[in-house]
Amino acid sequence: MSIHHHLDDASLVRYASGDLDAAFAIVVASHLAMCGKCREAVRLAEAMGGVCLTETPEADLSQGAFMRLSQRIDAELDKDQAQPGEQQTSEAVASADVPLPLSHLIGGSLDDLAWRHVVPGVQRYRIDMADTQSSLYLLKIGSGRTMPEHGHGGTEMTLILRGSYSDVIGKFDRGDIADLDEHVEHQPVVDSTGPCICLVATEEPTRFKGIVGRLMQPLVGI
Amino acid sequence: MLKVLQMEKPTADAARIADQAVLKSLLSDIALSRDKSAFEALFVRFGPRVKGMMIKSGASNDVAEDLVQEVMLTIWRKASLYAPERGNVSTWIFTIARNARIDRLRRQPVQAYVDVDTVSLVCDAPNAETAVMGRQNAEIVRAAMDTLPAEQRDVIDLAFIQFMPQSEIAKTLELPIGTVKSRVRLAYKKLKQNLEELR
Repeated sequence: MSIHHHLDDASLVRYASGDLDAAFAIVVASHLAMCGKCREAVRLAEAMGGVCLTETPEADLSQGAFMRLSQRIDAELDKDQAQPGEQQTSEAVASADVPLPLSHLIGGSLDDLAWRHVVPGVQRYRIDMADTQSSLYLLKIGSGRTMPEHGHGGTEMTLILRGSYSDVIGKFDRGDIADLDEHVEHQPVVDSTGPCICLVATEEPTRFKGIVGRLMQPLVGI
Repeated sequence: MLKVLQMEKPTADAARIADQAVLKSLLSDIALSRDKSAFEALFVRFGPRVKGMMIKSGASNDVAEDLVQEVMLTIWRKASLYAPERGNVSTWIFTIARNARIDRLRRQPVQAYVDVDTVSLVCDAPNAETAVMGRQNAEIVRAAMDTLPAEQRDVIDLAFIQFMPQSEIAKTLELPIGTVKSRVRLAYKKLKQNLEELR
């Protein structure tokens, strides 16, 4: 897989330090599942955390802290011996379409989802998450369709899962991520023969402009 | 060996590298022979620092103690998953501490933060490049961080030691968010450059 659009360095560091909220973290983790370069980049950012950990001032642990831990471990060891051969259940298996971190939320298929039409040529599948103030959803945009021009109310991340689109920034194919801040205005056109499916996290409702834009509002309506 | 000892800087570096080797062998003793004395050594070394981080990030004493237990238990359980060629022990423990803290804060049982080595779609074995990175990472990153201007280093410390969000850092330092982001980018770029120079 050849990926041309990667995470912004500031986002890499936010991910590494645990600063991204759940919706954005899912988009980033899904991109990492598809992008070796960004996996390596996150590892480097996490190494900053490793250095910081070794330089953090120590805080005294309570009396008997290791004893308590040791007892929990003994209990686990006993259990392991009582139930030999019992393996931990393996995690959901990633399909060709759906990266592992996303498959925990939507399962392994993009085609079996309850897509809802928002405007002609555009369907949405909203992913409910408890721990986020942002929105996470999938968009399916028909071939040749144009998303209406919109400025961003806040940070937005878009990961392409199928098909492709182009905008002023360039061409976005499967695995590419558009990691945009609030200043970017763009108008993606789907240029793949089939529909383009992307995973989107937005910090605030995206503001669409004009009459078409108002029609598009249900896309992100909170 | 004696020659090395006479020079101050290399000694510190050599000691750190030797120390990394010790940490890695402790982990491998835990993984392979469920060695509790190795585990205790790791606990003594990292437990108080993990607690220090949690307290700095705003956790109460009780919550911080609890998180130390969680982090150490995860280390015990997952010791066999640690891949030395991917990075050093303190980085691995940092990510476990980060995830434990997020788990504590969240209500939904969905892991948004992943071990970057376990998510890839295709099976990509660590190549020679990442292996070299893993061995040298710790010292290069530390050295690069030591040379950062204070204004960049402060932002990194707030982000990683106190788990402070970039938006919060901006408020605390009374800076525009864009300035915080560009300091983060500069710091990260410095690290990357230092690493690439050695390839």
